[in-house]
Amino acid sequence: MIDSLAPRPGAAPLPRMLLSQARMELRLILRNGEQLLLTLIIPLLLLAILVETPFVPVDGRRVDVFVPGIMALAIMSTAFTGQAIGTGFERKYGVLKRLGATALPRAGLLGGKTLAVIVVELLQLTVVLGLGVAMGWRGHPGPGGVLLMVALGTAAFSGLGLLMAGTLRAEITLAGANLVWFLLLFFGGVVFPLSKFPAGMARWLEFLPTAALADGLRAALERGANLPVQPVLVLAAWAAVGLGFAAVKFRWE
Amino acid sequence: MARQRASYPCGVPSPPDSQPALDVRDLVKRYGATTAVAGLSLAVDRGSVLALLGPNGAGKTTTVEVCEGFRHADGGSVRVLGLDPVRDAAALKPRIGVMLQSGGAYPAARAGEMLRLVASYAAQPLPVDDLLDMLGLQDAVNTPYRRLSGGQQQRLSLAMAIVGRPELVFLDEPTAGLDPQARHATWKVVEQLRADGVAVVLTTHYMEEAERLADRVVVIDHGKQVAQGSPAELTHAGAAGQLRFSAPPGLPLDSLRAALPEGCRVTEGERGSYLVEGAVDPHLLSAVTSWCAERDVLAADLRVERRTLEDVFLELTGRELR
Repeated sequence: MIDSLAPRPGAAPLPRMLLSQARMELRLILRNGEQLLLTLIIPLLLLAILVETPFVPVDGRRVDVFVPGIMALAIMSTAFTGQAIGTGFERKYGVLKRLGATALPRAGLLGGKTLAVIVVELLQLTVVLGLGVAMGWRGHPGPGGVLLMVALGTAAFSGLGLLMAGTLRAEITLAGANLVWFLLLFFGGVVFPLSKFPAGMARWLEFLPTAALADGLRAALERGANLPVQPVLVLAAWAAVGLGFAAVKFRWE
Repeated sequence: MARQRASYPCGVPSPPDSQPALDVRDLVKRYGATTAVAGLSLAVDRGSVLALLGPNGAGKTTTVEVCEGFRHADGGSVRVLGLDPVRDAAALKPRIGVMLQSGGAYPAARAGEMLRLVASYAAQPLPVDDLLDMLGLQDAVNTPYRRLSGGQQQRLSLAMAIVGRPELVFLDEPTAGLDPQARHATWKVVEQLRADGVAVVLTTHYMEEAERLADRVVVIDHGKQVAQGSPAELTHAGAAGQLRFSAPPGLPLDSLRAALPEGCRVTEGERGSYLVEGAVDPHLLSAVTSWCAERDVLAADLRVERRTLEDVFLELTGRELR
């Protein structure tokens, strides 16, 4: 029984809001079947197929070539495609507007989303790496380099995803984010190693965020590189552009 | 819990009673060439309910959204709990409760989950389970928002607006599309908020709702105030009304007219049903009954029909459809 509705206002401490927001976002991601297909099932299936079948010619051991690319794909799926579509529809359905009228600051909302994305990514990387190891992947991963690449990749893809979600209609974001995912799957060094493209084209494809992330992860996973310079610069540039434009252009309703 | 209470002392410094919870003066809001709100002033005290009444497109939602900090005012001043809703948003948001006209929850979130999330933003939220009970949502706790009925979504939205124990609540058409049970449940909540000292601003199309809940009604149209007052003041204002009685047919109406104040119309309908139209007040009533008494006529079924708020509303805003 509630016997009084008398005012007793006040905001919860920010860490509590952030955690509770992150938990909610995480539950919503894990509950969404299509998103799980995109973030877990497809990357695992692709990895198994690419490694076990000879359709795509590679130089070197197949599993070593594909594990970093599939990791980049997994991060792109969660931070970019999933986040763009989810946030786009939240904007369409007035969730962002509604939460904007609560004590939760914008930073709390975005922080909650980012935390949830990172948790899902760590889950994805564990599973992808597990499957890779089961198929014979051996490397000398440098945890510092891997975490740096994951963080930069997440920043770059989140910026681009939020930029789409905050400026386009939800339906267009849905179509666009899937299309971009598909294009980057083929041209971003995930399925076809960039070395298989004509040299003139490969030089430009290296600057795609997926390619840079795959490249940086490969260096960090195989050789334990702590600071793969070109991938770091490319991803940092994408992150600056995406997050910068999103900060200016994002419309909450 | 005890520790939390200690670090968040009960209540915030209440402004003196003279300061209204909401103080809007000469508000102007334009969208391009359209002026949605054209110089509106409102004041709402703590423990009172203001109803904004107006046809579609009158500027109700725009006004409320400026007060909630969603939109900038183009002119005039808006003070909400003494604060500027845009500039002081961070300080203000925890102190107000907002119910949007529609939407506002994650479609896949369950009702209970959603309310718990919003509750977690507040330092001392209402107990979530009890609130769900109070609004008849206990059976919907595990239902995803998108599968709730329209009425359940509305009630969840109301719950989200009050769960943080706000000082001032904005309800934008809180009972639109609700069935009578849900409407009454919502009204009870509004009445309790008022009794417990919360200021409430609600927009509505329903005259009954304004008449029952509001201390003050502001009727707006084309972004301007066209009338304001308590429901009783509005329905008595102008005192245009009707008095009906039945008596033997064929009474001399000219003589009755002469006995009544200037400007009253008297007509006889079918089979001795009489209608007096004019400024219905106690004197008119007494003049009619004395005139009948002089003729030894018993005025049966005598009744005074005062205007309803709906009549007032239609008079003020016209009858054409928008």
